[in-house]
Amino acid sequence: MTMPLMRPRRKNPVLRTRQMNLPPWARGRVALGMTAAAAEGRFELQACDACGAVQYPPRSACHRCLSVRLVWREQGGEGELLTETTLHHSNDLFFRERLPWRLGFVRLDAGPTVMVHVHGDVGAAPQRVRVGARLDRAGQAVLIGFPMEGSANMADDPMLREMGCDPKFRKALVTDGKTPVGQALVRALVAAGADLVWVGHAEPWKRLGGLEDITALPQVSLVPLDLSDGRSIVEQAGSIGGKVDIVINNAEVHRTHGIASRRGTDVAHAEMDINYFGLLRLAQAFGPALRGRSADGTASATAWVNLLSIYALSNFPPQGTYSASKAAAHSLAQCLRAEMTPAGIRVVNVYPGPVDDEWNQNVPPPKLSPEALAGAIVKALKEGIEDVYPGDVAQEWLQRWRDNPKVLERELSMNRGA
Amino acid sequence: MARLGYDDVAVAVPVTVPYQRFSNEGAHWFIGQAVRGLIERSGLAKDRIDGLCLSSFSLVPDTAVGVTQHLGLSPRWLDHVPTGGASGVMCLRRAARAVQSGDADVVACVAADTNHVDSFRQTLGAFSDFARDATYPYGSGGPNSVFAMITAHYMRKFGARREDFGRIAVAQRQNALRNPNALFKKPLTLDQYMTARPIADPLHLFDCVMPCAGAEAFLVMRRERARDLGLEHVLVRGAIERHNAFSDDPVMVCGGWRQDRDDLYAQAGVGPGDIDLLQSYDDYPVIVMMQFEDLGFCEKGEGPEFVRANTLTVDGSFPNNTGGGQLSAGQPGAAGGFMGLTETIRQLTGQAGDRAVAGARLGLVAGFGMVTYDRCLCTGAVILGSSQ
Repeated sequence: MTMPLMRPRRKNPVLRTRQMNLPPWARGRVALGMTAAAAEGRFELQACDACGAVQYPPRSACHRCLSVRLVWREQGGEGELLTETTLHHSNDLFFRERLPWRLGFVRLDAGPTVMVHVHGDVGAAPQRVRVGARLDRAGQAVLIGFPMEGSANMADDPMLREMGCDPKFRKALVTDGKTPVGQALVRALVAAGADLVWVGHAEPWKRLGGLEDITALPQVSLVPLDLSDGRSIVEQAGSIGGKVDIVINNAEVHRTHGIASRRGTDVAHAEMDINYFGLLRLAQAFGPALRGRSADGTASATAWVNLLSIYALSNFPPQGTYSASKAAAHSLAQCLRAEMTPAGIRVVNVYPGPVDDEWNQNVPPPKLSPEALAGAIVKALKEGIEDVYPGDVAQEWLQRWRDNPKVLERELSMNRGA
Repeated sequence: MARLGYDDVAVAVPVTVPYQRFSNEGAHWFIGQAVRGLIERSGLAKDRIDGLCLSSFSLVPDTAVGVTQHLGLSPRWLDHVPTGGASGVMCLRRAARAVQSGDADVVACVAADTNHVDSFRQTLGAFSDFARDATYPYGSGGPNSVFAMITAHYMRKFGARREDFGRIAVAQRQNALRNPNALFKKPLTLDQYMTARPIADPLHLFDCVMPCAGAEAFLVMRRERARDLGLEHVLVRGAIERHNAFSDDPVMVCGGWRQDRDDLYAQAGVGPGDIDLLQSYDDYPVIVMMQFEDLGFCEKGEGPEFVRANTLTVDGSFPNNTGGGQLSAGQPGAAGGFMGLTETIRQLTGQAGDRAVAGARLGLVAGFGMVTYDRCLCTGAVILGSSQ
């Protein structure tokens, strides 16, 4: 049974901060299909559309019937751990720094034999296990053999903790505490065991509902932070940037205009200034310190979360300028991910449908509650998921967008989008 | 259709370019030294070698083609065999057919690899698509992790103990002490084997080969040609190969030899009991034990008992890896797949010095190569017979 993780001792500032050596990140194009599914929290293997064979490792043809009609199919993952080893030597620095390391071969009920990292709660082979896919610190999918029944502290398994971004004992920054989503995030992080939560507050002189509730929590501190103000961000990064392990950028400006419904560009400017440039300013100020601390012990820097919108994928005309700013932020978040992944920091992009808040008052249900959104984000951190589409609307839009983005665009322009 | 035999094919001039733990030279240097050795020892003019069959990992991005220009050869028959530990048997099989058909008169079979300080690590992650995608990201143990799991599985299934594998390693070290080219010069006791540091449970240090640089080579020609040239030679009595055998076994418990061994012994007209010495492929002791079973020296699962009942030294009841094998001589890349062949030619032609197996007339050489994912895919075996 996994022993509970102990609260890390205060860091000795004189000692050198250990630097990240990533696990092997090279993968072929075909194999990246497994990463694409794991990025959304699913375990998928290649299956043959012609004969039904499930195969692993991924290939360019069905090993049984040679069909090229290969699809990625979600797997239950149950199987038998047939044999295992514990490595005491590794040729790679990442593993060398984390020995001993347990591996196994699992014969999946679906057919193939897969090599897996073995969770510490799994008993000695032979043993029934459930295989799942996770992103490793290099951001690539790996398979993990989980016990059939989890124990209380199984998330604290050292191998598993490397694969996720669990807030437990970590320090987080939520960039905007005045919104219901921001406050729900703070509560969810505290509930998940976060050590400290800094909560950004752009206008500290204003008293806003809900702030008292969260600042009453002993883990929470309010900090002045205005994403439209580069100096405010740099000052805050100078103060807490070297301690933040998880950045959650939820600050946004959300207005409900298309092009014709409003004259001028001031609102669109404000949306872009926070939703796009705010992210850019924040990433430039907080990114470097985060990158430098990704191997800093069991509570290392680990993740950057961007609150985007499902409208980033395809413009929702009634909220056209907001959609455009989120599309810009989505694109920048991809750049941020490309820059943070080589340092071992996961960038989690969150694409909710309409949240049940004041700016979506006129949008019919279903709408996502702030609590559900916060819960989805914390779950993604725990499980190391990097693309999150929380709620039914986001899931439906995602399916329609994947099915045919042009059809979705036309449906939205015909005002049948929501 | 009955397969054509190999009876008129001779193998001669075993050449070993001395192994080095590390070398700053490239693979071409070792290939050049090997070919030079073949020429000097055979007395043939360089242009009389009209076939070349090559195996090397560290030659990349070059191939056998580039080697012809590099060494000023102009063969009329050329092959490049990328089967690693099985390349010795497979080069011999291809070369034999070339000389039987008249496509070549004298084929130089050469395997060579260099080993720079960081070569081994760099080879592992890029060894195959499957290694890159599905094994190296899991602990990066290289073949140690795969064969640790095959060993653990075998031990549980058939009751093998670490001591059984230790007997194989210790006997090979005793043989290596009589081989001046072996890199390991100190005796190994069973106690040292048992208490060595763990590498990947249940494998410990002396279950693992040590990568090194080196080359092995031999000549293949018609029997009459060898006789005309006055070259000591052995004859090919039978040879088999197989790839990706028993792929339905979720963990490897037997190798492809098992599938083709009847054919092998039928070609040679002998049985396992007639074999005087075995050069098994010893990437890991468990694979040696599997070869005892899969080549018919005992039944599946009887490997541990077979090892307990026999002594495996050159003067023992079942001489195995008479030059020390890769476990004690070193693992010179693809040349590791040739080591058993050059050693057997020496044993059967009176060139084995004080490690000669007395009265040996038949030797079996097995090859095993290319762990692309969860096991080695290539198996091969050849029976060589004394020409006397």
